[in-house]
Amino acid sequence: MQVRAVSESAVLVEFGREIDEALIPVIVAATDAIRKNLSSVLVDLIPSYTTLLCIYDCNQVDSQWMVHAVSRLVETSGVETGGDVRGRLVEIPVWYDPSVGYDLESLAKRSSLTVNEIIELHTGRDYQVFAIGFNPGFAFLGRLDERIVTPRHSSPRRSVAKGSVGIADAQTAVYPMQSPGGWNIVGRTPTPMFDTALSDSEASLLTVGDRVRFVAIDRPEFLDLGGQLND
Amino acid sequence: MTELTVRKPGWQTTIQDNGRKGYCCHGLSQGGALDEHAYRWVNKLLDNDVNDACVEILLGNFEAEFGADTVIALAGADIPVTLNSQPLNLWCSHRVQRGDVIRFGQARSGLRAYLGVAGGWQTPQQFGSRSVVMRERLGGLDGGPLKKGDRLAYNTATERALRCVPPRHRPDYQKKLTVKVIPGYQIDHFDIVARRTFETADYTISNDISRMGYKLTGPVVAAQTEKLASEGIAYGAVQIPPDGQPIVLLRDRQTIGGYPKIGCVASLDCARLSQCSPGSLVSFEFADIDQVQAERRLFDRFFTASQWVNDPRQIAWP
Repeated sequence: MQVRAVSESAVLVEFGREIDEALIPVIVAATDAIRKNLSSVLVDLIPSYTTLLCIYDCNQVDSQWMVHAVSRLVETSGVETGGDVRGRLVEIPVWYDPSVGYDLESLAKRSSLTVNEIIELHTGRDYQVFAIGFNPGFAFLGRLDERIVTPRHSSPRRSVAKGSVGIADAQTAVYPMQSPGGWNIVGRTPTPMFDTALSDSEASLLTVGDRVRFVAIDRPEFLDLGGQLND
Repeated sequence: MTELTVRKPGWQTTIQDNGRKGYCCHGLSQGGALDEHAYRWVNKLLDNDVNDACVEILLGNFEAEFGADTVIALAGADIPVTLNSQPLNLWCSHRVQRGDVIRFGQARSGLRAYLGVAGGWQTPQQFGSRSVVMRERLGGLDGGPLKKGDRLAYNTATERALRCVPPRHRPDYQKKLTVKVIPGYQIDHFDIVARRTFETADYTISNDISRMGYKLTGPVVAAQTEKLASEGIAYGAVQIPPDGQPIVLLRDRQTIGGYPKIGCVASLDCARLSQCSPGSLVSFEFADIDQVQAERRLFDRFFTASQWVNDPRQIAWP
């Protein structure tokens, strides 16, 4: 673990060099400890894969003070929790169908699997939220079963519909809003990933440390739950 | 409460305040006025709160009509501005009346002008800020730039003193910019040749500039790694993608990214950079973090602690 200055208002904690599921609970515990103890100087916290960026107000404290305070909290937070915090499990219903999962059939062909086997592999394990970014509520989930690991498209689609469930390399994610995107789309969820009608702190369905399980649903269920068919 | 009605929206005119705090972990951009210096002066001229919302006008061509009497202020890019065809001085506050029409011509120097009103523009807040982040469709009236016919609410005010920013505080946006860079913790991904190139060469601002970031072109800065695990990106981060051409990340940057970063531009220099147009030259110099923090603190203290004295062109410490 290493804490270093990044800018006049940010320090970065590096928990490891390689992406590892086991780091996430440690990062979450450190994030909680820093949020609780340094709230008077903190502006923002960005946990992600192997790091935690702590943005602070340099009118309150200087860089040395911040590096020191963060180091101390990170060291003790790991001890307190024993690094064993299991995140909340969130189920996300997905309608896996070529009409909304534009790449489902080509993915099956590419990996010599049937569409049903892809669905079974995608729903067959729980995923860890490694990071939130790219767009509000966009959660990077991993890791996929090796049989469905697929590189992203070399040129992104100009528009991917809201709720699209995609695969890129060993990760999977749901597009919270219509946007350009290069991930392989296998289905669509009716569940909003980012909902501005909810309170500000609850607008994003997922946070780093949560676990996600995808559940296959059919067309009537998708429509019942408010799913949209148009792109 | 009354309204300003937009007659001509211009190329990209957005509502901006100081941006969002505390929502980066949900993937929301920081957002906020790109040129903090001009933005802060507008609010200072009006005795507004430091975080009150202004209209950020890119390159001009904006026209609007006031629904009631108030006091406004202008700062930033050198754009000819008129009120009912009479010229208005930039870097000053002015009284306006119901029915008055303000027009912005085209920028002669600098890119972004700020139009403030006494008490700030009263557009809705989202996630604690009025700032528009277009990519996220958040903030302002509908998450996008202003459109013809849009109405911006404001409170009427006439009692405020009229003021001008002392000339020594008005920047020359044409002057060649040298930006301070705090060397990054990833500096070991760059060998001595790459570091010296970055520090000594002139870079040209490309056409690929936006509220998210500025792409520069010039001698290649070679990084020894192409991609790292994505991590949180600080304001001003200088990313070096595989083509070796630096990108300085600004207010509407995405919250995480995986390109190696050679360092981080001082926030006050990010503000100045945001006024530089494509084709202008910029150079980088590595700076000490203590010095950069001290300058930032002085800047913030100036705007929170200084007070106007009776001569409207003077400003004094309390």
